[in-house]
Amino acid sequence: MELVSLFITSFIVNNIIFSQFLGTCPFLGVSKKIDTAAGMGIAVIFVITLASIITFIVQKAILVPMELEYLQTIVFILIIAALVQFVEMFLKKSAPGLYQALGIYLPLITTNCAVLGVAINNIKFDYTFIESIVYSVGTSAGFMLAIVLFAGVRDKVDNADLPESLKGSAISLITAGLMSVAFLGFSGLKL
Amino acid sequence: MSKFDIFKNGVTKENPILAQQVGMCATLAITTSLINGVGMGVAVIAVLTGSNIVISALRKFIPDEVRIPAFVIIIAAFTTIIDLVMHAYTFELYQALGVFIPLIVVNCIILARAEAFAFSNGVLDSAIDGLGMGVGYLVAMILLSSIREILGNGTILGFSILPESYEPMMMAVQPPGAFILLGLLIGLVNYLSNRKNRKKA
Repeated sequence: MELVSLFITSFIVNNIIFSQFLGTCPFLGVSKKIDTAAGMGIAVIFVITLASIITFIVQKAILVPMELEYLQTIVFILIIAALVQFVEMFLKKSAPGLYQALGIYLPLITTNCAVLGVAINNIKFDYTFIESIVYSVGTSAGFMLAIVLFAGVRDKVDNADLPESLKGSAISLITAGLMSVAFLGFSGLKL
Repeated sequence: MSKFDIFKNGVTKENPILAQQVGMCATLAITTSLINGVGMGVAVIAVLTGSNIVISALRKFIPDEVRIPAFVIIIAAFTTIIDLVMHAYTFELYQALGVFIPLIVVNCIILARAEAFAFSNGVLDSAIDGLGMGVGYLVAMILLSSIREILGNGTILGFSILPESYEPMMMAVQPPGAFILLGLLIGLVNYLSNRKNRKKA
């Protein structure tokens, strides 16, 4: 039951974009069409979950026993960069269809701060192994929800008659702000 | 380009946040008070200038194929230094900024300057570019965090500046306020620069 509540909290209540602001760059940059947004979302779920599992194991099995916690940032970012490269190579060889669908988004994920952010938060919040997996899946699913919803809204906004100065990222940010108001309605929700 | 032009370019024409719109995550998240905004801005200046200097000094030795991983390691090293320094000397600020200090590593502006400027320019020019971009980032942080602190709390740096009767606008310090106010700020900058261009034309 606690795990379900953790999932809902990280999925909607503390939505990664609308309340934690992690991963806003790809959120504002990529999401212009619903299907590309969904592709990006799936790639992010995959990488975040895998990265959290590996960084968690490395932290507990190597960094803590050897008292190297201060190297966390360097080690984690290297793991994420290597992992993204590896996933890309693996998909290219074994699942060309999936690679075609996700391919262009994968390199972008290395600099998606959501991945590093979730890996660091797992350690910081002192989650157990199972909890950290649930948290990662919930958070990254929240990313996908936000990016897909936003792509749908943006489709309409792009065709609207706007003042010249607000076109582009200014109106995107304001739109995201209004969506964030809606997500604020979930805050304090307890299961 | 003169040294001063390189610096000015980062602050005004190619301001990382207001013109290029990169590195938004931390900008949106921690600008709830002026002190946080300044702290984050100074941390970014330090990392950006340091990494630009080292990358441009090593640019002849880093093979082209592995330059991105090399950049990331150098940036991560500087971020770790800042993280430890802030933990030791400014603990309150360190706690307020939280996860966003290690996340300077993935702040797009730093990698972008490494790739676009430091890897193909001399050490001194790169240092100035890093400083200029960093100051541009700091200016945007100061603008946004002052607006948010004044509207949301009626204070600046913790001092009350608005009359008692002012009802703080809670939304300004909550997530929606970050998005909307930054959007309006960028809109205003666009408006001013469009007007300037039109006058010139």
